Formats: sequence, C-alpha cells, structure tokens
Amino acid sequence: MSGRMVGARNERYRVAWRYALLIAVALVFVFPVVFMVVSSLKPDLQLLRDTGSLRAFLPVGDISLDNYVAAFKRAPIGRFVYNSVLVTGLTVMFGLFLNSLAGFAFAKLRWRGRAIVLSVVIATLIVPFETIAVPLLMMVNALPWLGPDGLTFGWLNSYRVQIVPFIADALSIFLFVQFFKDLPDEIIEAARIDGASWWQVYLRVIVPLSGPVFATAAILKFLAMYNMYLWPLMVAQGETYRPVMVGLQYFFQLNVAWGEVMAYLSLITIPVLVFYLLLQRAFIESIAASGVKG
Amino acid sequence: MHRIPVKPVPELVRQAAASGLGPGRRGEEAAGLAMAAPAVILLVAFLITPFALAFVMAFTNQRLVSPNPTAFVGTRNFTQLLTVRPFMMAPLTDPESGATLRDDTGAPVYPVLRDITRRNPDYPQFDGLRELASWQLGERRLYLLASDVVFMRALRNTMLFVLVVAPTQATLALMLALMINQRLRGVNIFRTIYFMPVVISIVVVSLLWRFIYSPGGLLNSMLTGLTFGAFTPVDWLGNPNTALGAIMAMSIWQAVGFHMVIWLSGLQTIPGVLYEAASVEGASALQKFRHVTWPGLRNTAVLILVVITMQAFALFAQIDVMTRGGPRDATQSIVFQAVQRGFERQDIAGGSAISVVLFLLVLSVSLLQRYVTRERAR
Repeated sequence: MSGRMVGARNERYRVAWRYALLIAVALVFVFPVVFMVVSSLKPDLQLLRDTGSLRAFLPVGDISLDNYVAAFKRAPIGRFVYNSVLVTGLTVMFGLFLNSLAGFAFAKLRWRGRAIVLSVVIATLIVPFETIAVPLLMMVNALPWLGPDGLTFGWLNSYRVQIVPFIADALSIFLFVQFFKDLPDEIIEAARIDGASWWQVYLRVIVPLSGPVFATAAILKFLAMYNMYLWPLMVAQGETYRPVMVGLQYFFQLNVAWGEVMAYLSLITIPVLVFYLLLQRAFIESIAASGVKG
Repeated sequence: MHRIPVKPVPELVRQAAASGLGPGRRGEEAAGLAMAAPAVILLVAFLITPFALAFVMAFTNQRLVSPNPTAFVGTRNFTQLLTVRPFMMAPLTDPESGATLRDDTGAPVYPVLRDITRRNPDYPQFDGLRELASWQLGERRLYLLASDVVFMRALRNTMLFVLVVAPTQATLALMLALMINQRLRGVNIFRTIYFMPVVISIVVVSLLWRFIYSPGGLLNSMLTGLTFGAFTPVDWLGNPNTALGAIMAMSIWQAVGFHMVIWLSGLQTIPGVLYEAASVEGASALQKFRHVTWPGLRNTAVLILVVITMQAFALFAQIDVMTRGGPRDATQSIVFQAVQRGFERQDIAGGSAISVVLFLLVLSVSLLQRYVTRERAR
C-alpha cells in the first residue's frame, strides 16, 4: 500500500470522526424537541412508560391527535394565539417605523442635542427589563387612556399595555443608526435638491435601500415579543388578553395532563421553528448583528 | 414607490449643502427633532421614567394598592434587605465556677439562638435577624445572621449562576463555533441545529426540561440505561443539592447557540492568510489556536462575557416555571424575589429596592469587566 493511499484513508477517517462529533452534539440539541413532538401524539400512560426507553423518541404505539383535541377543549387556544399574533405583529410594525425614523434622524440629520440624546438611548441598553418591571407595573396601573368609554385610568388587562411600552427599542434604534450611517450622503443631498422633503427622503430613498436592517430588527423584535413571559404574566390576568406563553397556566391545574402539555408546547413552538428554518440565514445574521451592541 | 435616481451633484452645491447653508439642508433642525421625538418620548416614558421611579420607590413604603398614603422611609428597605452580621457564640458557662457547661456526652451546651435574636436587651443589634449560615470553630460557633435570609440566598444563587454559567457557556460556545468553522460539506446544517433552541421560548424549554429532569424522566432513564442499572435515579429539581445545577445546565443548553453565532462572526474576521502562514511554518492546530485564533478573538470575548453576564443576572423564567425558588430556597434568584414582592405581594417598594440592588450589581460587574479587559488589551 502506498503512502498516499494510507494518507487518504487517514483523511477519510478524520472526516468521518468529525461528522460523528457534529452529529452527536446535534442530538443533544434536538432530543428535547423530538421528544416534545413525539410525546404530543401519545396518550399519557404510554407517554410516561416510554420515557424509560428509546421509544420516547419514536412515534410508535397508540398514535393520535387526541391530545390536540383535548388541549383545544381545555383552553381558549385560538384566543391566546390571536392575542400573541396581534401584540407581536403590532409592536413589530410600529417599532420598525418609529425606530427606523429615529435612527434616520440620529444618523443623517443634524439637529441640536442629537449626540447627547443618542448616547442616552445607547446607555439604556444596560438596563435589564427585569429591573424596571415592578415600577413600570405601578406606572401603567395609573396611566390614563382616552377610549370609547371616555377617560379611564389604569392600563392593566389590555392590548395597549403589552404593546405601547415596547414599541421604542434602543437596540433597534442602534442597529438602524449603524446601518444608515454607511449609506452615502450624496443620495440624500441629490433627493433634497430635487425638492424632496426630509420625510420623502426617509420614505423613498432610505427605506428602499435598507431591507436587511429592517429584517434584522423585525426578527429580533419578533422573538423578544412572542417569547415574552414576565410582563404579560403581570399585566394580563384575565384570559381575554393573554398571550400563548401565559396561557400555559391552564395546563397546570391539579393533575397535569402531560400529553396535552406537549401538544400545546408543540402548537406554540412549531410555527416559530418552521419560520426559523425557512429564514435561518436571516435569523442567525440578526443575532450576529445584535452582538455588536456591547 | 419610485426611487429617486442618484445623480452627480455639482461640487459647489454639494459643499453648500454640507455646510448647512444650501437648499439641501433646509428645515433639518425641525425635521430631525420631529423624527427622533416619537421613539425618544416612548423610551423616556416607558424605560427611563420607571427606572427613575425604581430609585424613588425604593426609599418609600409604596404598595400597589394601599389605604395609607405613601411616605418616605429612608434607607429602611435596603437595611431590611442587606443587613448581615456575624455573631460568635460561646458555650454556656457555670455562673460560679466559670467552667463550660457540658451535656451527658461531654459536648458543650449552647444558648438557644432564638433567645438572642428575639428582643434580647443585651443584643439589640441582632434583633429580628435569622440564621443564614453557621460554622463550628473549636468550642465556639460562628453564626452569620441576616435580616432577609431568602434574599441573601437569592443573591448568592444569582452570583453563583453568573460565575458558573458565564465562563462555561462562553467556552462551550467557542468550541461549537470552532466545530462549525471547519471546512466540511453541509456544516451549515449543524449551525442551524445548534442555534435552534435560541428561537424557542425559555418557558417552553423550561417545561420540557422539567419533564426531562423528573424522577421518572428521560435523564434518569438514560443514565440508568448507560450504566446498566448502576445509577440511582435523582429527583434533579427536588433535591436542594442538584436543583440549581440542573437549571444552569439547561440554561446553557438553551443559550449556547446564541453565543456560538457571535463567536463565529468573530472567527470569520480573522484573515485566512494568517492560518496559511502558520501552516507554512509548521504550526500545530493548538499553536494556531493560541497564536492566531485567540488573539483575533479578544474583542469578541469581551463582548460575549458582558452579554452572557447581563443575561445571567436576569435569571427568572426558568425559576418561575421549574422550581419557584425551591426546594428550600436553593434556586431563589434576585429577579424572582423582585417579582414575588413587587407583584405577587404587591410590595412595590420592596420590589423596587431589589431592582435597584440588581441594577447596581449589573452596572458594577460590567464596569469591572470593561476595566479588567481594557488593562489586558494594552
């Protein structure tokens, strides 16, 4: 056997070894998810019995969608999903608009105080939301609102309490500023000389050129809002305004029906996973972009 | 929406525009203010105001709903939270001979701790305190007494969580990033898989792992299977010795992909030429890592440590879903305590005081990290 063949064979072993390691680590990351989906299809007794063997990861035995049917009967899941989609969707939309507008003002317009205001905005990044949750709760409990019922006080149990405080976002503003700074000034000046107002410059020149940063900000905001837990737990006590994460409490009364829990978890997780798998490059790049915030 | 074509601007006009005199810059001051205002006003209203409120409320007796008017109480909330005093307890002595009293087995007899901390006129400084920890030193006993034992445990657990999770997670994330950075076909599929738990809600992840960690759960049956029955199943979340560790492991599992991606973007800024040069000089894989990869990752390392530390200090959802602070306060965390008091017990002042302590802690740790890493960079 020639030396080159031995080398090639060693190389092949080495590659196989690397793939084996990559796959072993991958199993560590997927097993809870596979377990969740598979378990959601099994009756409780079989589910508990199967955890003792590899059957826990295989859709075998008495497979059905009964748990999903039971879960829908137990809790107003449709309502929870509607609430989550509404709150997340509106916050992302308003957030993209106002944060990009502010980002544009900070990056491209000259006005008095902009440097100091921007540095205050950036400084707020080190305040964890958890440290302001309690005083914010007290504050929204007293805020006025002018609605169909006239002037009312207290925002608890509403959509606005889950949306309005989260529209402005220092991280989004920062991402927009970074992106807009790199756009050439000449295109803005050209538009201005053509008679475009600043508003038109934003809408017709800046926005069409900034797809990637809008995608990044949208994904980060979407993940944060959809997965939010502490705040809705505090402010949405009735089921009318509860999002999916807080709706989970319905499944933990007295005796836990694990099959239904797994069905509910699958139901609220799979759409996000599908979304992630379809757009995985954009998702991962968003996180990498958020990493510059230190 | 049509795009305005980019066209060359005459140099004079461009200069005039840049100097703020020409037509290009008209109304800029007003437009800038108007465009920044909505987001800035919202940030002031819903972030800076509650942040400032936390500092004010922490010095009052504010409750969410209360018949009594709010009053300033000075630093009482903080002394209530943070008071810790050592107490050296000597054995009881015979009032006549002065000899140490002993029981039948010859062991010294000690006073009852409760007699010292319950309105004892000799020890006003220990009034109302409770035992946090104690050590036997010869025939004496050293007690650490605290006014808020639960909060002290929360503080200790959170610090422990940060100290274990930050370095472990950063290291594991770097190892994953190095694995993903190999030139192998299909390696991006693995990147997608490793990152996947990041997009799943921490609430969902916590519930799944609660099941995995249960006495008859997946982890125990896997360990029993792997050791052919030699392993005795553990109630991972029900045992005070394993509960915090179990939550740490799960938290790392969930978030490690996030930091892997940040390491990866750091790795990709290192020019390939450097590796080629190292190969030409016959460097081993380990030498390449030490002399090429690691120096190129210094800024990324600082960033990752700061980000993980900040995330770790905010430990809440895992605790709320998995253990609610138990068993025997083994998994209390600072944020969990803030929410317990500020929200569940409607004690806004107490919750705010905890928030202020947390913020000062996060601030000082991130300043410290920046200071230490700056020294090293020089």
